[in-house]
Amino acid sequence: MSALSDQLVMFAILAYLVAMICHAVEYALGNARAVAPAAAPKRELVGAGVGAAGGPVDAPPAAPADPPARLGRSAQQARLAGRVAVWITALAAALHLAATVTRGIAADRMPWGNMYEFVLTVSCVSAAAWLAVLWKRPSLRRLGLFLTLVMVLLLAFAELKLYVEVVPLMPALQSSWYIVHVSTISFSSSIFLLGAVPAIAFLMRNGYERGRRSFPYTLAKRLPAADGLERLTFVLHAFSFPIFTFAVIAGAIWAEAAWGRPWGWDPKETWAFISWVVYAGYLHARATPSVKRNVATWIAILGFLTMLMNLFGVNFFFTGLHSYAGVS
Amino acid sequence: MTIVADRADPEAPRRRPNRALALLRNSWRQLTSMRTALILLFLLAVAAIPGSVLPQRGVNLEKVNQYFVDHPELAPRLDRIGAFEVFGSVWFSAIYLLLFTSLIGCIVPRLRDHVRALRTKPPAAPRRLERLPQHAVLTGVATDAEAVAAELRRRRWRVVVRGTEVSAEKGYLKETGNLLFHTSLIAVLIGVALGSWYGWHGNRLLVAGEDFCNTRQQYAEAKLGPRVDSADLPPFCLTLNHFDARFLESGQPEFYRATVDVEQAGRATRTETFSVNSPLRLGAANVYLLGHGYAPVLRYTDRYGKTQTSNFPFLTSGDATLTSEGLAAFPDVNVDPKTGKRDSNLQVAFEGLYLPTAPQQGPFNRSEFPTERNPAVVLVAYRGNLGMDAGIPGSVYQLDQRQVTNGKLKQVGDKKLAVGEKWTLDDGSVLEFVGTKPYITLSVRYDPGSTLLLGSSAVLLVGLMGALFGKRRRVWFRVTPAANPAGDAAPTSTDDPAAGSPTGGSSLVEAGGLPRTDYPGFADEFAQLVAAVSGGGEPDERAGGGRGARGPAGTREGAE
Ligand code: HEM
Repeated sequence: MSALSDQLVMFAILAYLVAMICHAVEYALGNARAVAPAAAPKRELVGAGVGAAGGPVDAPPAAPADPPARLGRSAQQARLAGRVAVWITALAAALHLAATVTRGIAADRMPWGNMYEFVLTVSCVSAAAWLAVLWKRPSLRRLGLFLTLVMVLLLAFAELKLYVEVVPLMPALQSSWYIVHVSTISFSSSIFLLGAVPAIAFLMRNGYERGRRSFPYTLAKRLPAADGLERLTFVLHAFSFPIFTFAVIAGAIWAEAAWGRPWGWDPKETWAFISWVVYAGYLHARATPSVKRNVATWIAILGFLTMLMNLFGVNFFFTGLHSYAGVS
Repeated sequence: MTIVADRADPEAPRRRPNRALALLRNSWRQLTSMRTALILLFLLAVAAIPGSVLPQRGVNLEKVNQYFVDHPELAPRLDRIGAFEVFGSVWFSAIYLLLFTSLIGCIVPRLRDHVRALRTKPPAAPRRLERLPQHAVLTGVATDAEAVAAELRRRRWRVVVRGTEVSAEKGYLKETGNLLFHTSLIAVLIGVALGSWYGWHGNRLLVAGEDFCNTRQQYAEAKLGPRVDSADLPPFCLTLNHFDARFLESGQPEFYRATVDVEQAGRATRTETFSVNSPLRLGAANVYLLGHGYAPVLRYTDRYGKTQTSNFPFLTSGDATLTSEGLAAFPDVNVDPKTGKRDSNLQVAFEGLYLPTAPQQGPFNRSEFPTERNPAVVLVAYRGNLGMDAGIPGSVYQLDQRQVTNGKLKQVGDKKLAVGEKWTLDDGSVLEFVGTKPYITLSVRYDPGSTLLLGSSAVLLVGLMGALFGKRRRVWFRVTPAANPAGDAAPTSTDDPAAGSPTGGSSLVEAGGLPRTDYPGFADEFAQLVAAVSGGGEPDERAGGGRGARGPAGTREGAE
């Protein structure tokens, strides 16, 4: 079972890679004026079935909702590449899910007992959430390039640096709060991870719309409009923040039972606190009219960096009570 | 957002100008502004970083001491600014106290405004509903203002009817939630403060068969809050009966469980078990199982044939196979039976390792497994003056090395002993390794703030959801009976769709909607509402803000 899981991860990485290439092709071929605005208002067919990752993969024949007569050939090809990319992302997500589930079965517990499994689970939920977002807002498809890139990097990193054999849990982790705490932390981390994608895209696109034409901004030429990206950033963060808050509280309840104190400023706890405060800062900044939206978005990205620090940095640089990562 | 905007505009005080007062008022306004809150939040996050980078006294005292050894120059300087106790330092406290002052200054006026808002009726309709972000006109609807109001009430809007006009508002929960959230942050802080003032905790080791009672002296280390006295510790005693640990073949622990006898005043002695994730909750305090190890039982028969036994715990050094280190000291041996006098130069001590599973061949410096498959001690014997009489407190787990360096304590051999083996020293005295007893490390704690912490965290979460997902919005309906088509409230600027088709007995309904907070779904809700009010009648297409038209409608939202 565990070997199967490992193979599935490899296939998932490959599939994300292929999806990424398709997205890149879409980027290269795409004609911003012809495609992006036309795709915006209507729900495209390509969304159908994507929400249920792993559903039957029979791509509908290209039936553009409103084929503009002057749509160029390369634009059509770009669109096709984009759709293929989405389908392959869905396939990759299905493989990814299967890998996570088989890992859990192999270990006979929830698949988040160490850092390798944690990254596997978090990124899997991110991918599923991305497909859900895409289902609601097909016009955001081009963000898939960033998402698949993040997926490939995360999974490859997990595979190369974090991999450990399946082992059961240490006594300190044998608690029902473990499931509650870690599942909510994973879930909210996944959404924050996903939220960072439109945040970065917004900053690039916003610069582009303001006439910046230097390097990172030019990439944003074919991205959806800045307003929509900003709103998506907010929605994802606002959705994730209470879950994260709950997860931290659940962690405190668990820590009280296991270590005798709800909060002890262990490095992991400290960084969770920092992330929480930074994200609270983001929500404040966004609610304050005098703070510009791109400043607020930078705070969200800062929050994401603190999450990364907590996930990777703390496990590598510091030792604390949360030393279950299985990294030596 | 509205609230912030409202508060930002000063209420132009008309009092005599007083500079000091004005300055005070200005600083207060500055402090309670969102901007300041943002900066303080940011500072709080930054200030917490050294707490994770540098070792902290409250988390790991040994590491702090090690840091002093490694960085003799830097450490004292860092210590002076509280860098090893970040979360209790003056600057960290200053930041969060300012933040919380700002928070109170922020909540109080908002609470007042909110209570007022809850009591005032939804405002009258603006004259020109078509200027609102959402607008619809319905014709030929068999309804009147009261029926519209009833439908809105059924959907839990707050409604007021003024003649033919209906005003309704919904989503007060957002502000309620927000206030609840921010208030419970204060409650959380109070919970933490209560815990640190009135709480206490202590740690100690407990060897199987031994008992301990809850007094200050019985703890290896204890910390009482500033409002707690040693006499306040509730009386109870524990005896460790039993300790079970199970390990996987890999050496990874699978579970731990301790069984103790509990004696509490006024209650019969009872037996309880507890483990890592389920502490022993005694009401007056909680007892947590933090770790475990072995105490080798060593029996020493001195040169005069008198026997003493030590079962002092050997401490694990943190490795998973429970290799332990310790000391068995016998200061009161070799008392000459003739004189009855103790010779302080004939004290004996054994220092070394305990290996639960010793390897078959040397070197015998590391255990191979955490349970006792091949238990052995590897000891060095010392004879001489242990230095315990000098009155200098030394560690009970380690030999006083000063006595070795100054020659008062001499090594007299070393040996590995399996259970039951005896070792005869050069002076004819004998050490026997009898066996081991398990010990556990305990933390006993009392935190009077924890209930408040838990309760306020729950409220915090509920409030947060209300604040984030609540949506404040208003709608107005103006119902004009068709029999009286040219009512002065009816919009005449748009070409009235009702004018062409007067239907007997039905009304012209004009509706407008205003989202007061960022709310992308408002167009849909508004369309549904209009449809419901008109009894399923279709809103007039041309009137704008129709159902499903997300794209264009979205662009107008949020404009207040
Ligand atoms: C202890 C530090 C604080 C934390 C952790 C915190 C956290 C939060 C969070 C998470 C939100 C988002 C909920 C929402 O959007 O309604 C929020 C909203 C808000 N906070 Fe705070 N806050 C703090 C202090 C303050 C202070 C000092 C003020 C006053 C200046 C303030 C004023 C507000 C306001 C007005 C909102 C509503 C924003 C909106 O309209 O959406 N907060 N706060």
